[in-house]
Amino acid sequence: MAGIPHEHYEPKTGIEKWLHRRLPIVAIAYDTLMIPTPKNLNWMWIWGIILTVCLVLQIVTGIVLVMHYTPHVDHAFASVEHIMRDVNGGWLLRYAHQNGAMLFFAAVYLHIFRGLYYGSYKEPREVTWIIGILIYLAMMATAFMGYVLPWGQMSFWGATVITNLFSALPFIGEPLVEWLWGGFAVDNALLNRFFSLHYLLPFVILGLVVVHIWAFHTTGNNNPTGVEVRRDSIEIAKKDTVPFWPYYVIKDLFALAVILALFVIIVFFMPNFLGHPDNYIEANALATPAHIVPEWYFLPFYAILRAITFDILFIDSKLGGVLAMFGAIVVMALVPWLDTSRVRSGRYRPQFKWWFWIFVANFFVLMWCGSQPAEGLVPTISLLGTIYWFGYFLVILPLLGLTEKPLPRPATIEDDFDEHYPVDGGGATASSSGGRMPPSTVATPAE
Amino acid sequence: MSGDGNRRDFLYVATGAAGAVATGAAVWPLVDQMNPSRDVLALASIEVPVGDIEPGSQITVKWRGKPVFIRRRTEDEIAESRNVALAELPDQSARNANEPDADAEDTNRSIDPDGEWLVMMGVCTHLGCVPLSDAGDFGGWFCPCHGSHYDLSGRIRRGPAPENLPVPTASFVGDDVIKLG
Repeated sequence: MAGIPHEHYEPKTGIEKWLHRRLPIVAIAYDTLMIPTPKNLNWMWIWGIILTVCLVLQIVTGIVLVMHYTPHVDHAFASVEHIMRDVNGGWLLRYAHQNGAMLFFAAVYLHIFRGLYYGSYKEPREVTWIIGILIYLAMMATAFMGYVLPWGQMSFWGATVITNLFSALPFIGEPLVEWLWGGFAVDNALLNRFFSLHYLLPFVILGLVVVHIWAFHTTGNNNPTGVEVRRDSIEIAKKDTVPFWPYYVIKDLFALAVILALFVIIVFFMPNFLGHPDNYIEANALATPAHIVPEWYFLPFYAILRAITFDILFIDSKLGGVLAMFGAIVVMALVPWLDTSRVRSGRYRPQFKWWFWIFVANFFVLMWCGSQPAEGLVPTISLLGTIYWFGYFLVILPLLGLTEKPLPRPATIEDDFDEHYPVDGGGATASSSGGRMPPSTVATPAE
Repeated sequence: MSGDGNRRDFLYVATGAAGAVATGAAVWPLVDQMNPSRDVLALASIEVPVGDIEPGSQITVKWRGKPVFIRRRTEDEIAESRNVALAELPDQSARNANEPDADAEDTNRSIDPDGEWLVMMGVCTHLGCVPLSDAGDFGGWFCPCHGSHYDLSGRIRRGPAPENLPVPTASFVGDDVIKLG
């Protein structure tokens, strides 16, 4: 593996050498786990591990839920109630799966915002970023199809609204939608194929996650300074890094414990807080709920979909909304080439910070807009939010890189680390790096 | 030898072409299986008794998995609908399967010449919700999902929906029976 120089696995015992000659699997595991990781990573670098845990949680709970679920329009709703009432611990498994999806999205948004702030998408990590966007798209498809499976009112009408998006395409729209439905409306054929794909896609995500990790293990992690790890020799690289095991594994496990504590509180005490009560009414093709809303994690994009209420040249408002919604993700995927600044981390970009935090606030404004009925001021606010979303990627980031005067950056990661955690006693090199002690505790006499 | 080269080139192209055709032939059943199956296609037409419907009221029936509105309009409702100028309508087409290419005049929307019987898919042309009857700013239907207003002829008047509510293939097969499909 290219990248940061480090000590590689050397088989020592006879059996290790025997296996290594035939399948270097231990070497791959060792090099992956011992990867040199910048020693100045902050708490925003925990989300990757949280997301991996979420994926495993969803696959494990999902596989056992399938043992009790029936994908048929006459039985789906009842089988979910059967899981909730009759299956041993079924309520816990389903609530963990339902709220697990929400934790998954909360973590992925924090992970994406981390990348946007610290410029993790910039050269040479463009491929990592693009694969990340593909993972996010696969997550959206998986979550959407999974939400249809309980066959409640919101399942049915959400499926109807979203599959109808494709009818906006010129010429092929109508046949495409009938092909997606396998009929003339959302019905049993669609429920079955969504079930099949909902089971498949998490494994596609798993594959993409492996490639995502492979990509950033090749380039090395970004870090809060955006300054690259020095690679002149193993000794110099060690001044900027610590091995992933045990340092970051232990740190990430602590973060995981805190987040799982919050997750468990939600699962046990408020499992339906973020859900919609209409989905506890069985699907009815003849009555639309008064107000269709997607789950909270789709609301910003739902707001963008609804923001286009007017025709643009030959594009009618329906197609325009669809294009805006998908375009919002496309511009995010292209950000490595839209951001012209050569300074990677937002920490050293005084103007960028402002635009970035407005972007984050705008995300929540759009989320609120998506939750409201499309009346009064909501369409106007949605439109302004949509304009800012596209403006951030297509105008602000390209121009800001040319006009902004960045702050001085530390020469090395070691400098940044030592500035935050001064080494006392003189002469000590990286001996305090593992402990991450606050300066006051380090002030006691060194060994 | 150039002769050998040509023969080899031919073999490459022929093998590649055969491979492409075989791949396409293998993929097509995987794509086609998602199209509507025969039992779904078989539910093509139904007959609906409409004798009990009072003027000014409507029923909703399910046809091909979707709601169909059958409304018996009053004299006032017909007159109001026929008074609308074509220029005021966002969608100029009748969207009537029984009268292709007709314009959106109210006379082209009903299935009887008097305009009493309005038969339409109860599916908003925006994103497929079921509009509510006797609602909205034009006295007809209102879609609660994204705020599309339809008039008493089922024509889109305001909101994001691009088209009038479509009139399916429908006709009277007796005095009191409408056949859909």
